[in-house]
Amino acid sequence: MEFLSTIISGISLGSIYALIALGYTMVYGIAKMLNFAHGDVIMVGAFMMFTALTKTSLPPIACIIVGTIICTVLGMLIEKIAYKPLRSATSLSVLITAIGVSYFLQNSAQLIFGAGTKQFTPLFGNGSVSLFDGQVVISHNTIVTIIISVVLMIVLTLFINKTKTGRAMLAVSEDKGAAQLMGINVNKTISITFAIGSALAAIAGALLCSSYPILSPTTGAMPGIKAFTAAVFGGIGSIPGAMIGGILLGVIENLSKVYISTQLSDAIVFGILIIILLVKPTGILGKKISEKV
Amino acid sequence: MALLEVKNLGIVFGGLHAVEGFNLSLEKGMLYGLIGPNGAGKTTVFNLLTGVYKPTTGTFSLDGVKLTGKNPVEISKAGIARTFQNIRLFKKLSVLDNVKLGLHNQVKYSTAEGILRLPRFFKSEKKMNEKAMELLKVFGLENEASTLADNLPYGKQRKLEIARALATNPKLLLLDEPAAGMNPSETQELMDTIRFVRDNFDMTILLIEHDMKLVSGICEEVTVLNFGEELAQGKTSEVLNNPEVIKAYLGD
Repeated sequence: MEFLSTIISGISLGSIYALIALGYTMVYGIAKMLNFAHGDVIMVGAFMMFTALTKTSLPPIACIIVGTIICTVLGMLIEKIAYKPLRSATSLSVLITAIGVSYFLQNSAQLIFGAGTKQFTPLFGNGSVSLFDGQVVISHNTIVTIIISVVLMIVLTLFINKTKTGRAMLAVSEDKGAAQLMGINVNKTISITFAIGSALAAIAGALLCSSYPILSPTTGAMPGIKAFTAAVFGGIGSIPGAMIGGILLGVIENLSKVYISTQLSDAIVFGILIIILLVKPTGILGKKISEKV
Repeated sequence: MALLEVKNLGIVFGGLHAVEGFNLSLEKGMLYGLIGPNGAGKTTVFNLLTGVYKPTTGTFSLDGVKLTGKNPVEISKAGIARTFQNIRLFKKLSVLDNVKLGLHNQVKYSTAEGILRLPRFFKSEKKMNEKAMELLKVFGLENEASTLADNLPYGKQRKLEIARALATNPKLLLLDEPAAGMNPSETQELMDTIRFVRDNFDMTILLIEHDMKLVSGICEEVTVLNFGEELAQGKTSEVLNNPEVIKAYLGD
């Protein structure tokens, strides 16, 4: 039964990675850039929620909404100020800029909130549910995390495939020039992509800090890197790939923590990533690009 | 007043005058050909007219609205649509979705309405589906609506590109080598399709083509470009018999 609860908490952790990975993969798909500041948006979101929780008497759900809205705007601002002027620059320049934005966010948070860690109050209480006569105990947090993530992933999938903005995003990711000639505003579409990615990151931040209630200016860095790994693992640019990659990564991480070693879990996760990429360099769902001759 | 009025249009890449002093006046409902040897600047003219390139000299206007210096999105909204020499469909999307992308600006609902799936989203999407299916029927593609564009046979991909361009509700349709890579019977069918589009959609069509059978078969007038400059202009049959034109195509 330990196995079952390990898997469930792994899925919970993995769905947080998946939500973050979606931001990486969507931005990569549409703007062909790696937004390494994405992980720090999680941290900003969590700090906003923390501030709202401690300084106001708003209910937790309202605090999540406030944090999400702020991050949505932040994501669009980052794109407009830092990335849009570099639209035609080489990908390396954009990558360096993204790292710069990442440090800017971390240091700004240090300046405003201090470098120390803060205790985050779990947003969904400390209760838990026991199954099989108490052999499997699942916290409310875990359940809420899985439910919220699954709902968001379904909504996102429907949005991408069934709405005109979603279709425009797919079209822009495939051929910017042709999309423009169909009258699709590429800049606006990219901006919306950043907005959605950042909103998901903010919600992931709330879920993450509820499960692991420690908050500091570098909180977003490690989950950011892991979610990026998950996106590559699933096949970068692929939306279902990011979801699968994220959840798998969470489960693998939890299994190795429980059955192998807590200290080595990250090494094991990244080791598995290396092996998978050696066998399938495009990731689980990534398509091999073959040039037609 | 002419539908499309192009005056002295030109573009310089580095020191190369890719197109120079290009003039064109298209009346509504015309089927007009733009021909010339490879590298004459024909596709460059299309890229100028769709805002992909910004002209160095000259102006052009559609229906009296000056479009020089406008970006591709604005020009698409103003009513110029095009197809491409090398087909540029959204290959990973379905045939239906390709046409619906052409309808992007004609159906309005906000992103928030799309995320929250409010009533206007369903109404608008339904309208889009109906419009797109109508267009697909015209091109005999209605049974392939859910096929990925990439999996269509070549001839049908060409047709889908025209359908997608028409979905943007243009006043002027630019076809870049529509018959490229087609066999004679496919070309014949394409000529019928182009005529059908002109007659049934009240369309004005400007096309680039190397297939002289197609050009002499459907174009009322042509312009011949050579080294970026106009070599001849006029009635198709007269121009194609012009010794200068024959020389440009075949050499001395």
